[in-house]
Amino acid sequence: MSLEIKNLSKTFEEQDAVQPIPALQNITLSVNQGQFLSVIGPSGCGKTTLLRIIAGLEKASAGTVLINGALPERPWEHVGFVFQEYALFPWRTVIDNIAFGLEMKHMSKKERYTKAREYCKQFGIDGFEYCYPREISGGMRQRVAIARTLINDPTIVLMDEPFGALDSQTRSQLQTFLLQIWQRSQKTVLFITHSIDEAIFLSQHIIGLTRRPGSIGLSLPVDLAYPRDITSDEFNRYRREIIRFLNAQQNDEEYSSKASKIVTWYEYKRALC
Amino acid sequence: MTARRMKRSFLFPVGLLILWQLCSVLGILPRSVIPSPVHIIAALYELLAEGLPRGSTLNMHCLYSLLRVACGFMLAASVGVPLGILCGWSRTVRDMLTPIIETLRPIPPLAWIPLAILWFGIGLTSATFIIFLGCFFPILLNTISGVVSVEPILINAARTLGASDRQIFLHVLLPGATPAIYTGLRIGLGIGWMTLVAAEFTGVKSGYGLGYMIMTARDIQRPDLVLAGMAVIGLTGFLLDCIVRLFEARALRWRS
Repeated sequence: MSLEIKNLSKTFEEQDAVQPIPALQNITLSVNQGQFLSVIGPSGCGKTTLLRIIAGLEKASAGTVLINGALPERPWEHVGFVFQEYALFPWRTVIDNIAFGLEMKHMSKKERYTKAREYCKQFGIDGFEYCYPREISGGMRQRVAIARTLINDPTIVLMDEPFGALDSQTRSQLQTFLLQIWQRSQKTVLFITHSIDEAIFLSQHIIGLTRRPGSIGLSLPVDLAYPRDITSDEFNRYRREIIRFLNAQQNDEEYSSKASKIVTWYEYKRALC
Repeated sequence: MTARRMKRSFLFPVGLLILWQLCSVLGILPRSVIPSPVHIIAALYELLAEGLPRGSTLNMHCLYSLLRVACGFMLAASVGVPLGILCGWSRTVRDMLTPIIETLRPIPPLAWIPLAILWFGIGLTSATFIIFLGCFFPILLNTISGVVSVEPILINAARTLGASDRQIFLHVLLPGATPAIYTGLRIGLGIGWMTLVAAEFTGVKSGYGLGYMIMTARDIQRPDLVLAGMAVIGLTGFLLDCIVRLFEARALRWRS
């Protein structure tokens, strides 16, 4: 088992918040070595928080995250994180961005450049090695970000809506590209997305989180052979199921926001009396 | 800058100087009020050739002033930048130091002169101290704001890429704050230069310095020499800023 999450909960206790905000509730989840798993859910349901906790960038309020069966002291050393906003270092050239992790491990410049050049070739960014991030396109930047993560050889790759900021054509190109990379490297991937099609197109398993506090409301294995045809009937069946789940979340959300308005009005009247 | 913009930046001030000269010649600006540009240039020549007081030439005055400012500025940069990064990095340090910084900052460097003379006597140490005070706060505050404005996502990215705290400090916070640090250095150098000249008004040991030179010109009632001194101060300040901007442009190639 590559990743095991047991009874994970997270409550934000911000100093400026009136009351603690529950973000995640009782998440239990196992991901096999080499599995591609997507997480989908309404906005604000804690998807990003989940990834941040796995990466150790955020502490869980309760529960455990095991990586390769152990409780890592520095989880960020075992995971790679790909952010929606690319998070490239603007002052480093493409090759220095890709080689960042190797540089932190004190690998010699010659060695890390040789390796980074290999990745550039693999990722279709050769010829742009000495450009700064602002000089290349969004799709290219995200390739650099993925290369920069994978060159470190992480156990698990966490991707937080990596293609969310891209136009649809670049997006579908990168989806196909990501599948190739994944099939070649056999990495465990945890992928957050807002796009139903993206989740079905890419993943072997889809997890749906409920509205806040996020808990697992849908666990859907996707039994379709790669490469997948997004116009096929089977694809549509999965689509229907996920849409149904997300709509149910939406309705709940509307209901709950109305309910909270009623409460506020009641409290308001009581305060006046 | 394009050739056209360069031309604009050059021609307009020169045009103003010509207008000024014309007004002087026509008697609109009497010589007793303000000397004409030609007189000032003549005074400049006098300062270079004969010196004021006689024998102390302009280039020596410049050299001494620059030396004082270099000492104060270097000291301020080498304390202000690391301390600023530390303050920006650690909320605890920032909370502890902010009240002290904000209390010391509004005190004009010149108000420290009596203490500086008491502690260090009249001389280079004293001047260095006063200039240090002038340069220090803009450098410190800009560095802090530079570090604070480094996007947390970059720090997180570095961490998940295996960077230690020390490496994050060196490879993320420092380069991320560099644009703001340069702004601080430029403002600091400008204020340091202003402080220097004012500090020299109150006394120098060596008998050299642009501020000292201007005070001597005042004593012998020569407004043309005063204005020539002021022009040198202004132009040198401008030149210093250009030099820092040159370094800035080289260091921040990734930005423009």
